[in-house]
Amino acid sequence: MLLQIDRRTLLGLAVALLLVGASACVGNAEDKFIIVQSTTSTQNSGLFEHILPEFTKKTGIEVRVVAVGTGQALNNAENGDGDVVFVHSKPDEEKFVAEGWGVNRHDVMYNDFVIVGPAADPAKIAGLKVAPEAFKKIAEAQAPFASRGDDSGTNKAELKLWQDAAIDPKSASGKWYLETGSGMGATLNTAVGKRAYALTDRGTWLSFANKDDFKVLVEGDPKLFNQYGVILVNQAKHPNVKAKEGQVFIDWLTGPEGQVSIANYKIDGQQLFFPNAASPKRNDSGRAQ
Amino acid sequence: MADFLQAFHTALRLIVTFDPDLVEIVLLSLRVSLFAVAIASVIGFGLGGVLAVYRFPGRGAASAVLSALMGLPPVVAGLFVYLLLSNSGPFGVLQLLYTPTAMIIAQVVLVVPIVGALTRQACEDLLEEYEEQLRSLGASSGDIVTTLLWDGRYRLITAVLAGFGRAIAEVGAVMIVGGNIDHVTRTMTTAIALETSKGEIALALALGIVLLLMAFAVNVALMGVRRFASRFAYA
Amino acid sequence: MLEPVASNRASVSLNGRRTLLPLQIRNLVYEANGKRLIDGLDLHIEDPGVTVIMGPNGAGKSVLLRLMHGLIVPTGGEILWGEKRMDRELARRQAMVFQKPVLLRRSAAANIWHALGLRGIARGDRADRVEGALKLAGLAGRGAAPARVLSGGEQQRLCLARALSLEPSILFLDEPTASLDPASTFAIEELLIDAQHRGVKIIMVTHDVGQARRLARDVLFLHRGRIVEHQKAAGFFERPESETARTFLAGGLVL
Repeated sequence: MLLQIDRRTLLGLAVALLLVGASACVGNAEDKFIIVQSTTSTQNSGLFEHILPEFTKKTGIEVRVVAVGTGQALNNAENGDGDVVFVHSKPDEEKFVAEGWGVNRHDVMYNDFVIVGPAADPAKIAGLKVAPEAFKKIAEAQAPFASRGDDSGTNKAELKLWQDAAIDPKSASGKWYLETGSGMGATLNTAVGKRAYALTDRGTWLSFANKDDFKVLVEGDPKLFNQYGVILVNQAKHPNVKAKEGQVFIDWLTGPEGQVSIANYKIDGQQLFFPNAASPKRNDSGRAQ
Repeated sequence: MADFLQAFHTALRLIVTFDPDLVEIVLLSLRVSLFAVAIASVIGFGLGGVLAVYRFPGRGAASAVLSALMGLPPVVAGLFVYLLLSNSGPFGVLQLLYTPTAMIIAQVVLVVPIVGALTRQACEDLLEEYEEQLRSLGASSGDIVTTLLWDGRYRLITAVLAGFGRAIAEVGAVMIVGGNIDHVTRTMTTAIALETSKGEIALALALGIVLLLMAFAVNVALMGVRRFASRFAYA
Repeated sequence: MLEPVASNRASVSLNGRRTLLPLQIRNLVYEANGKRLIDGLDLHIEDPGVTVIMGPNGAGKSVLLRLMHGLIVPTGGEILWGEKRMDRELARRQAMVFQKPVLLRRSAAANIWHALGLRGIARGDRADRVEGALKLAGLAGRGAAPARVLSGGEQQRLCLARALSLEPSILFLDEPTASLDPASTFAIEELLIDAQHRGVKIIMVTHDVGQARRLARDVLFLHRGRIVEHQKAAGFFERPESETARTFLAGGLVL
């Protein structure tokens, strides 16, 4: 009877489909790849699309970037869910290594943070050379300020500046101090939408496509210096870490080719990141076995 | 307004030219969600049928939990699966994190309650009509489950399409367990989230339009199925 | 006027199978939702042919039928078929047709096929039985029609044919023609008479006194969960023994 055949073939089809689908998914296991836990600001700047293809072409290793906040990136790496960490919060990075989660830490590049805001600039901070002073004026004017509020490198830098200005913005959280708990791009969207000031890294800002009439209002303060570091996750803590390929990536990134590639990345003729890795590693630098 | 117009224009251009990046993420979205829904349906049909027909202690509670899980936030489902698949988690050894397989698993978690609860409801309705006659004919509880599942097949298709709608449109789960990795785990919804965060509003909207078109196609199919069914009183 | 033909072979039915009779019910009690629907009922049925159960609404007729068929479990008392308690083996030799036809959302033929499958009839044997059932239901050649678009009368004939295709020893019917037109009712009654001739014991609930007169060999009259009267049909309709039966047959309300 047609009905009986129907059910059997349906079942057989379903099983076949599942097997095909499952195999299609797992197929990638053979390719060489590493997982890099990095930050949304680095991803949003477009840097990875520029430098990673060069690395893969040279070494045949695919780099898969998971872009989250610095805090989450380090946390994921502690869980062993990444081979390399590439973030911008030196104190946290050093803590990560000190606690044994990372092998060691290398400088890679720097850029700077800038304070952006609406052209109208209600707190009148345009052109100031001292960032904490600008923050102080924003607090006094109670002008809206959009913070990442997400434990990221940018967020920590921002909080340090408030500290330097001797102001506790969190007491005004929800009033003029808006904590979005989001990545840099989402926070900038909120800032533009709320006509609020924000602290952002220059890379994200340059490549951000929704600026409206917002401008860079404060820049150049040495306190706005933003250092990026790269760390190999410690294989001793998580055996699945691809230490060998991870180290290849770090060597490339801090070596002449990677550094040149970083310097070459420009938007509208402007360079976003400035390579500053130390001289090439000696062979016996502390690598965990 | 300018954004909307630009969005439509961009959407059209992307679709008509079969933009390779677009094709890639559309195919990945479909692959992940279709497989997730297929697997979740098999599980959901079984769960729903058993809950409707078999009598056992705790049945009411189990049904309530299943229905409640229909409202499981995708990001929570994602977190749950992440904890399982993380290298510090129980199934870390499978190395599934940040792969399409992980995304399928997370979406299965999301869709099973939907298909399961709707199947249970459909079977309960049918059971009221059929139970006496089926028992009279000598059907065991297992026989009744399979009979009801086949008999309610049009309502079950509706449940499956509802599950698919949920899967194809969610972003929280696939973002966390997939990592939104370019060319590997970037789906329509995570791409939209990314482009939005880059301020590329028009492009994000364009992707959204494509997603809506897919959902629209699914719904048209659903209406067609229903109309076919009622013609033969199979609905 | 159609008279049922008496069979003298009490222990073996015409198709060679052993009959399930006699049916003995002792002190049957059934309670639900705090109400006693069957209240200490005793019953003995051993003759073949059609036994009709009648009584006012709420008397417990449908409940009694379902208890006999094993669809519900008694609160007290026992039901014995040929000295044996109800089990899967016995259940497989019974079938039931309900007041409203219950057909699955598939073709007429598929419905029969499905029922045969539930009974474990070998696939090779099913095709013949399906064809036979369709013919019996007057639906020969229309097996592919979706069962639920058939008319009410056709659906009920199909349900009856389905039940008969299982070759039951006992066939229960719960007001099978209550919502059918006279032509369909006639067709159903023809089928029942035919089945009876082939040795199927029929126990049927009906509200239709005329139908009872046409088909019954003996009549069980129920009131308030008890058997008030059990007589051969001719005797029951001519000279009902109980007050309630008399009132009922005269068309009065039995309280």
